[in-house]
Amino acid sequence: MFLINCPFCGEREQSEFKAGGEAHIVRPKQPTELSDDEWAEYLFMRKNIKGIQFERWNHVHGCRKWFNMVRDTSNDQIKAVYKMGEKPPVK
Amino acid sequence: MTNNLRFKTSKFIDETYRVSFKFNNKTYFGFKGDTLASALLANGIHLVGRSFKYHRPRGIMTSGSEEPNAIIQLHDNSSRTEPNVRATEVEIYEGLVASSQNCWPSVNFDIGGINNLLSPILPAGFYYKTFMWPASFWEKYEYFIRKSAGLGKSPKVADPDIYEHKYIHCDVLVIGAGISGIMAAKTAAKNGFKTLLVDEKSYLGGSSIYDNSEYSKVNNQITSSWLEKEINEISKLENLEIKTRTSVAAFHGYNFLLARENLTDHLPINQRENKVRQRLLKIRAKKVITATGSIERPLIFDNNDRPGILLSSAIKRYIDLYGVACGENNILFTNNDTAYETAMSLIQRGIKINAIIDNREQIDSKISYEVEKNNIKIYKGYTVIDTYGYRRINKISIMKLSKDGQKVIGDKTKLNCDCLGVSGGWTPAVHLFTQSGGKLKFREEDQVFIPNVYPSDQISIGSCNGDFGLEEIIKNTLSSIKKFLDIDNSEYKTVETISGLNQSKRNIWLLPSDKSIGKTKSFVDYQNDATAKDIKLALREGFRSIEHVKRYTTTGMGTDQGKLGNMHALGIISETAGTKMGEHGTTTFRPPYTPLTFGTIVGRNVGEFFDIFRRTPIHDWHVANNAKFENVGQWKRAWYYPKDNENMHQAVQRESKAARDSAGILDASTLGKIDIQGTDASEFLNRVYTNAWSKLAVGKCRYGLMLNEDGMVYDDGVTTRLSENHYIMTTTTGGAANVLGKLEDYLQTEWPELDVYLSSVTDHYATISVCGPNSKKIVSKVIPDLDFSDEKFTHMSFKNAKIDNIKCRVMRISFTGEHSYEINIQANFGKSVWEKCMEAGKDFNITPYGTETMHLLRAEKGFIIVGQDTDATLTPIDLQMDWIVSKKKYDFIGKRSLYRSDTIREDRKQLVGLLTENPEEVLEEGAQIVADIKKSPIEMLGHVTSSYYSPNLKKSIALGVVKGGKNMLGQKLIIPMENKNINVTVADPVFLDKEGERLNAKL
Repeated sequence: MFLINCPFCGEREQSEFKAGGEAHIVRPKQPTELSDDEWAEYLFMRKNIKGIQFERWNHVHGCRKWFNMVRDTSNDQIKAVYKMGEKPPVK
Repeated sequence: MTNNLRFKTSKFIDETYRVSFKFNNKTYFGFKGDTLASALLANGIHLVGRSFKYHRPRGIMTSGSEEPNAIIQLHDNSSRTEPNVRATEVEIYEGLVASSQNCWPSVNFDIGGINNLLSPILPAGFYYKTFMWPASFWEKYEYFIRKSAGLGKSPKVADPDIYEHKYIHCDVLVIGAGISGIMAAKTAAKNGFKTLLVDEKSYLGGSSIYDNSEYSKVNNQITSSWLEKEINEISKLENLEIKTRTSVAAFHGYNFLLARENLTDHLPINQRENKVRQRLLKIRAKKVITATGSIERPLIFDNNDRPGILLSSAIKRYIDLYGVACGENNILFTNNDTAYETAMSLIQRGIKINAIIDNREQIDSKISYEVEKNNIKIYKGYTVIDTYGYRRINKISIMKLSKDGQKVIGDKTKLNCDCLGVSGGWTPAVHLFTQSGGKLKFREEDQVFIPNVYPSDQISIGSCNGDFGLEEIIKNTLSSIKKFLDIDNSEYKTVETISGLNQSKRNIWLLPSDKSIGKTKSFVDYQNDATAKDIKLALREGFRSIEHVKRYTTTGMGTDQGKLGNMHALGIISETAGTKMGEHGTTTFRPPYTPLTFGTIVGRNVGEFFDIFRRTPIHDWHVANNAKFENVGQWKRAWYYPKDNENMHQAVQRESKAARDSAGILDASTLGKIDIQGTDASEFLNRVYTNAWSKLAVGKCRYGLMLNEDGMVYDDGVTTRLSENHYIMTTTTGGAANVLGKLEDYLQTEWPELDVYLSSVTDHYATISVCGPNSKKIVSKVIPDLDFSDEKFTHMSFKNAKIDNIKCRVMRISFTGEHSYEINIQANFGKSVWEKCMEAGKDFNITPYGTETMHLLRAEKGFIIVGQDTDATLTPIDLQMDWIVSKKKYDFIGKRSLYRSDTIREDRKQLVGLLTENPEEVLEEGAQIVADIKKSPIEMLGHVTSSYYSPNLKKSIALGVVKGGKNMLGQKLIIPMENKNINVTVADPVFLDKEGERLNAKL
């Protein structure tokens, strides 16, 4: 079970958190202008990487804030956490 | 006890404390300090069980948690009965009752033993191959296979014991209190680390604590004496917590570990009253030191499983620790020096050793010379090729090994014995290390897997790290700990060691025989009866991956998880396949390391604490008034209120009729309530609901439908505009938490620019709904100051009011289609206001109704229930609710998805009403809907989602989803049931008062 460093609360048990899928997928500002394919790309297509992955997490049993995490899915090492809206750290 | 198997030499056994126990209905005696295994052995009992597949007689093989054979049923015929317990781990207590498993009628005569005679036709995969054809017969086979499978019996009544969970945080966790674990714990604690030391045994010191040999010394003291002083010292350290009888079950990522602490299993039953039996420790350690030791390997030869065949290290432990001799005429069979230590322990007590069979041609160690000096015959370069004796070994035959170890040569010699100790060297216990994600490497010299890459802040020391000699263990332990803890000095200056052993070994995974492999039974996995022959068969049949071979042969799949035989399985595979060891990897070691009881896993979360449940502020009234409850999410909701001897149907019919004829009252407190404030609150609602909110006047309510981004209906409810920038949203009971989560997600991640604040206020209010033609008369009696005139208080509006000076909100909204009011008041006043309503409604036959009646009433009106009539595959268009989807709004969650090519299909499942040909016939919810039953296969058009008998319409009504149902009004369809086909007609989903006259009726 991970120890997650919530950017608002500090280090907490994984059981306090909820994973929220791939990060940095921006909801299109004008969905009605999109073709079916473009909308489907936003709606359904997600990466499933073995290695460094950018993810959304929510401190659901804590401050309830959403934040981003960089995690190596091959060994579950958490490389970084950062707030929503912040730029992802470069390696 | 006049017993020539018991020796009065052990300080671990209290010979003044005699303990009686029952095994297989016979009473025996042992001493305090004995395990069930040592006590049975002291009574000359080896045969304790039958093997899983062939029902071969099996005896005690080991002295620890790796035991594959001696698994027994504890506390037979009691609520505490427990199957598959290792006799080697059970500490005896007065009154213990245990019995053998997997045998009938008894362990000495077992009918299933016939499988042993049939074994030539029961190879690996037998069940897979034989019982698959014809496929339709599987159900018949299954019954018999299940009957003959399985080990012990599970308890049939609730466990009376108490279990609990505990969190522990420490700087350093040391797993295993053998010699290296003790040294590590002392060093860590003395250097200021908050340290926890755990060991699965009842005593500290591991196998070194009974190492009394002159040939193994530390600082010129006998190892056990030196270690005893160390233990004495650490038991006084403040920084160190020590837990014995504590077995680490799982080592997860980020140094999170689970351990089971056994607190009462060693006590007589009458001393366990009101005590916690086992505790699940959830340990988060900054650093972990694994010192789990190693497990002795057996040797693989024909008939290597007879009772009386033990690991040589087990024989040593039984004599040194418990003072119990496993036999009176012993033979040791080895490929390394370990067995000579056992020999010395036996020699010291004058126990006869008939011979030692050693695979090695050359043996050159002090201890072996010492054994030879005692006139023990050593057969060098020999191997055991067979054993004899059905219920106990009585003979072995041996032959000389060829130079390459692939064949046996020369003449066969037979030797008598009643106990055979085997030693195939040692396997580091790397289970926990690999569970944590650690990567192993294979060491060619002595054919062992050892830790290589650590995934977290941890280290392995001692023999689990592949350090086997005393000198190596102590030297490496000290240097590793210093580095790991980043300290300059360990607590040990110079430690001098003397050891009479050397580490030479002649490793042969499968020993040769004079018979062909097909005629041998050389067991690799004792518990699952997997033999070397089975593994070779699997390879012949094309299996290559160790994971596949494991599943095909069941090697390593028992309760012992192959602690003894896994290495041999790997060895035999790579030898047979001609590949290098390590190339195939190992099978995955999964938690738990030793089995856990369910009680430990669930802890206190049993009975009413299994899952939390929520009660409304009016709950006690419902209980007092005979309500039956149903679970909705975590809530206990009143389901119906039977009167006299009414059944559910009768109660619901009465309640439903009363609500429409006069007045009904419902506890709606469970509906989710979200308080929404901020200057952008209206804009926010515009974006999350399908309909428009900007123009909703203050004081008005509106029904809203919420979609997922994929266009499917997610939740619904009424939202009220309390003031310019203040709304209160209601959600479904089950959806409340998820809706709040979803709204927060969008606010924080997509629209952070919006000025909106959300708070869940579900628990803050009690919600009482009064409906029916007399609702106004009742509510106006409860709130006399409020103007209830239809002109002032229109449908879908709200008023602030006071009841006895307590503020409340009254909404005129309806889920039943009746004129109705909803009172929201501070939760703690809920019950008294409810009682006021009941009192005010007395003259109007006010009838409390539960969720079942609520469902019926709304179905009459064709109102959907999200989650019952929808299942995340229906859009509002599918539900024929086009009216609620705004065409004008530029965007809202899910809008774009409503005109994807898939969502605009005409033949999607759509919500319709269904009327049965026979109005008395009520459909089954979930039943399939078809048009043509002659077609094969029958095309399923949809299914029934809600179905009731309506007392108000005096007929059966149902809602369902049907492909293209929108355009099928009046069409006849069929509901095929087990015994009959029910004819139905597609109807409008609104069955009652389509014009809404009742709702707006002037009262």
